Amino acid sequence: MVEQAATQAPEAPSGLSSSAHRDTTRASNKLEVRDLNISYGGVSALRDVSLDIREHEIFGIIGPANSGKTSFLKAINRMDMFNKNMQVTGEVLYDGHNTRTLRNVYALRSRIGVVFPLPVGLPMSVYDNVAMSPRLRGIKNKADLDEIVERCLTRAALWDEVKDRLTTLGSLLSGGQQQRLTIARALSQEPEVLMLDEFSIAVDPVTTMRIEDILKELRNEITIVLVTNLVQQARRLADRTAFFLMGDCVEIGETEDLFSGNVTDQRTSDYIAGRFG
Amino acid sequence: MADSMFKATQQNVSDEHRDFLVQLLFFGMTVLLIIPVIIILCMLMWKGGPAISWEFLFSEPTNGMTAGGIFPALVGTVWLVTVALLVSVPLGVAAALYLSEYAPDNWLTRFINLAIINLAGVPSIVHALFGVGAFVLFFEFGTSILAASLTLAIMTLPVVIVATRESLQAVPLAFREACWNMGATRWQTIRRVVLPNAVSGILTGVILEVSRTTGETAPIMFTGAAFFLPFLPESVFDQTMALSLHLFVVATQVPNVPEHLPYGVALVLIGMVLLMNALSIGLRMYLRGQKKW
Ligand SMILES: Nc1ncnc2c1ncn2[C@@H]1O[C@H](COP(=O)(O)OP(=O)(O)OP(=O)(O)O)[C@@H](O)[C@H]1O
Ligand SMILES: [Mg+2]
Repeated sequence: MVEQAATQAPEAPSGLSSSAHRDTTRASNKLEVRDLNISYGGVSALRDVSLDIREHEIFGIIGPANSGKTSFLKAINRMDMFNKNMQVTGEVLYDGHNTRTLRNVYALRSRIGVVFPLPVGLPMSVYDNVAMSPRLRGIKNKADLDEIVERCLTRAALWDEVKDRLTTLGSLLSGGQQQRLTIARALSQEPEVLMLDEFSIAVDPVTTMRIEDILKELRNEITIVLVTNLVQQARRLADRTAFFLMGDCVEIGETEDLFSGNVTDQRTSDYIAGRFG
Repeated sequence: MADSMFKATQQNVSDEHRDFLVQLLFFGMTVLLIIPVIIILCMLMWKGGPAISWEFLFSEPTNGMTAGGIFPALVGTVWLVTVALLVSVPLGVAAALYLSEYAPDNWLTRFINLAIINLAGVPSIVHALFGVGAFVLFFEFGTSILAASLTLAIMTLPVVIVATRESLQAVPLAFREACWNMGATRWQTIRRVVLPNAVSGILTGVILEVSRTTGETAPIMFTGAAFFLPFLPESVFDQTMALSLHLFVVATQVPNVPEHLPYGVALVLIGMVLLMNALSIGLRMYLRGQKKW
């Protein structure tokens, strides 16, 4: 990984304290994916994916529908455990530990916050939605919980809308609000890795921008995997981007290279230019 | 233009006609169905109504059960139903939780599910014989409330399991996945999300179950219910009278019973069942009013 140290990330103008700090943290890989294969009932959905996700970067994944992006996230989180149909082979190393053979999947999942495209507000109060993960960690003190709930809802750009009705059922919020509630819930895990799967699908453009700004700030603290259908969103946020197509990882590179046409596979620039997909 | 666009064609008219006739037919059948129910209730009120009094409810039968009240039978039924519930609800809910939340989808699970469905279809007299063999004789509980209640519990278990499993399955999978994604174990997920949202359905099922248990006669007849025993039971190892069996006895086994007496017993029995059902319907309506997603 020589190029890793040499290449300077395309830095977004906001939220970066010092590039020196970033370089040291970038030396380590948070996630290392080796020969990952995913199939559903024998039908292949993702083939031979190997890639590294570095600590404190935003790693974008783009690709048309059916390219295996969501399946990829599920495999990292070990959600295949709950779907007998889903077979996963290969290795995913988290801080060097192979998650595929891990017994304590609960510790893994609590370190990884995920936001899936269909928002799910749990049928409990907004407050309890966000306080659930801290409670699972054993935090009982009301003041601590209050602080976490407010911080996470604020970061998910939802606090102003719900601060006066924290007791309403999370499942009765509007679609876009539930999506942000899901983001707040993921943040309440105080995750080391945040995986977002098309988070802006149900969220209006203005709120999307607010969340994007927050993601840029979070980059200093956590590692973010961002699956998005909006190519421009990947360009705005991601340090590096992978392009998935029909179950293959076609391209991985610095986002700026991908968008400046500096690619190894013609299909990548075709997709980015909107010529198919 | 707009008028002619929505003008009914010949086809429209005849479709509508047929729709109306079908509706009428179904309505007629529904009415036919409830007529017997209404007749039964009216008969009971008319013939049994005069028998009902505080005295009737709270005194013992006298004169070889041709006079007096039904208090020991009333108390006995409450004992039987309560003990049966204490056994069948925890067991049934645990089994349903296993089947719905933990069991892998394999032949064993499918076999268990099939067994439960079949168990629900076993005639109550067969359960009674099983109760005699297992609880009265093998476990040596003798004819007692315990043996009778256990027999009732076994008999009602399938219904508790099915009702519970259905209300568990009504909680969307997405809620569970959201919890699992946060690192919650299956049990944490069940306790914090699944059970709180299924408890209404479980309760409704349980109450309906109570109403069924109340009226059962065969399963308790040989296992713990006595023909005539004018004392209140003191423990689960005592025998007891029960309303359902008492009704059978005064209606068919004892000579010279005044006509209003069996009707009075039947009215009390039906009253208890209707009360339970009303409670269950009320609960369901209340909970439906608070839709959570
Ligand atoms: N639970 C499942 N059971 C069976 N097949 C599945 C399941 N989930 C996904 N697949 C299949 O796996 C393939 C990849 O799906 P996946 O959801 O990973 O794509 P995606 O890239 O996330 O698409 P999109 O952009 O539409 O979200 C598809 O062919 C899909 O049919
Ligand atoms: Mg997807």
